[in-house]
Amino acid sequence: MSHAEDHDDNRRDFLYYAAAGTAAVATGAAVWPLVHQMNPSADVRALSTIRVDVSGLSEGSQLTVKWLGKPVFIRRRTAEEIEAANGVEMSELIDPLARNANLQDGADATDANRALDETGEWLVQMGVCTHLGCVPIANAGDYALDSGQGGWFCPCHGSHYDTAGRIRKGPAPENLPVPPAEFIDDATILLG
Amino acid sequence: MSGIPHDHYEPKSGGEKWLHKRLPIVGLLYDTIMIPTPKNLNWMWIWGIVLTFCLVLQIITGIVLVMHYTPDTNLAFASVEHIMRNVNGGHFIRYLHMNGASLFFIAVYAHIFRSLYYGSYKAPREVTWIIGILIYLLMMGTAFMGYVLPWGQMSFWGATVITGLFGAIPFIGEPIQTWLLGGPAVDNATLTRFFSLHYLFPFIIAGLTMVHIWAFHTTGNNNPTGVEVRRTSKAEAEKDTVPFWPYYVIKDLFALAVIFAVFFAIVGFMPNYLGHPDNYIEANPLATPAHIVPEWYFLPFYAILRAFTSEVWIVQFFSFITGGIIDAKFFGVLAMFGAIAVMALAPWLDTSSVRSARYRPQLKWWFWLLVIDFFALMWLGAMPAEEPYATFSLIASAYWFAYFLVILPLLGVIEKPLPVPATIEEDFEAHKSATGGTKTLPDATPAE
Ligand code: FES
Repeated sequence: MSHAEDHDDNRRDFLYYAAAGTAAVATGAAVWPLVHQMNPSADVRALSTIRVDVSGLSEGSQLTVKWLGKPVFIRRRTAEEIEAANGVEMSELIDPLARNANLQDGADATDANRALDETGEWLVQMGVCTHLGCVPIANAGDYALDSGQGGWFCPCHGSHYDTAGRIRKGPAPENLPVPPAEFIDDATILLG
Repeated sequence: MSGIPHDHYEPKSGGEKWLHKRLPIVGLLYDTIMIPTPKNLNWMWIWGIVLTFCLVLQIITGIVLVMHYTPDTNLAFASVEHIMRNVNGGHFIRYLHMNGASLFFIAVYAHIFRSLYYGSYKAPREVTWIIGILIYLLMMGTAFMGYVLPWGQMSFWGATVITGLFGAIPFIGEPIQTWLLGGPAVDNATLTRFFSLHYLFPFIIAGLTMVHIWAFHTTGNNNPTGVEVRRTSKAEAEKDTVPFWPYYVIKDLFALAVIFAVFFAIVGFMPNYLGHPDNYIEANPLATPAHIVPEWYFLPFYAILRAFTSEVWIVQFFSFITGGIIDAKFFGVLAMFGAIAVMALAPWLDTSSVRSARYRPQLKWWFWLLVIDFFALMWLGAMPAEEPYATFSLIASAYWFAYFLVILPLLGVIEKPLPVPATIEEDFEAHKSATGGTKTLPDATPAE
């Protein structure tokens, strides 16, 4: 093989790679917008914080509001519910993490780490089963108190959550997540 | 097209010759329609035609329904009611489309189990088999998205649960789920894209169907004996086969007429029998129906999905060795897709040299157990997620996997097959001479 041919081959290789590379980049640039258009649109992204008036909520009752297209449970718990949740050993939990967006990631799932306020009266959590996303039913399941109060049960595949919204039994892997939330005055919770 | 020697199309008139030189399309159609087909095919070979008709039925009724349907969360439910009440004949067209999906799946399951029994998936028909599995997956996607369109409670919650499957994928699950839904939850963006894809997929299925036919016209059809058509000469091949037209076309049309009689009776008299009443309640994102049940044709795989909870040792084991990356939820998803994947791998898992279960005395039993298992899973998928159903689901799921991963590979080694007829003709003559005797199986009589 002469040097001249060698040289030629290199040039051909270069042209080949350059052409293929350009084609790949161009294809990627053309495909990306087509993929990205399926991501949430601006109006969907804009609806990310809401205010909820909770003044009407009495002890042992629950409010379900829609936030980011999903239900959020705002529950004003009774003393028994808080007590039952506090009585659980960490070792009994399937998911030992608090899953509280207002705390650091590794926080453990004590009742205090799940509740919104000091007294533990207010529990705010996503009403979305961590298994496949059904809405759990309140005051139901194996971890409801004897009075029938507290606890959640997901009817879809049978996940049981306790009075602090922690997964205790069934296919769901995680506790019900606590969304970013705070009291902005006595009667209003800000979500998001 | 096929490797089986046969007469090819010869253009005769001037016009035919003119066209043939420029576009040999008549020749292609002729060769497809006149394909030599084993003459011993039984009634289980009708499902291919039934499936093709289902596809045509769904496309035609679907195109018509789109003329009246509105893909918008505020209007979708009402527009379906508009079709049911106001559009001329609308209720019937919609019922045809709804029940057409069920007929489609009845046919595809019969077709798949036919192939599993007679070893149609085995070499050299692996490509046909794989394309068939792809079509089946696309069918499931299409049916799932179609079920979301009426925007009833089952539509909404079915969509939530199924897209939640993607959220179970470790690390990238959530972005993928958001991307699929076009937002944090099932909403308008989800409905419109499902509508778009529900319209698209059937045409991809139509394309794949042609490739499917092309593939098995290249290898030739399988048949109940699993013995290949002789190909050394045309004369020999003709002893094993009959041309597709008119023999099988007429037979298939007869079968289709019988099936359609039953189908139209169901559409006319009990159109909602296979549906779910909850889907006549408009979607409500804040309340889950007490019992979410997918359509019947998804139930076996839904049962497998639910069978693996965190209490099952194999789930705990995998969760332990992967450091928690594979949790119960992801395991269930893997099991569900795995159940179809192992089926797709059947050509390579089956080690037996004999194709048809007719000559495999042990496989026969395992096969029928698999059929029972399939129906058991279907029943379990509709039951609530509690004992004793949970344990049954686990056992039934285990058998599904065992059939493909243990029984198919092992039987090839330990089973002693019965003698296989040397040719299709021999088998055919044996059945023919038994005609009139009580021994002839009605389904083994070839079309004549
Ligand atoms: S979605 Fe709640 S248990 Fe499956």
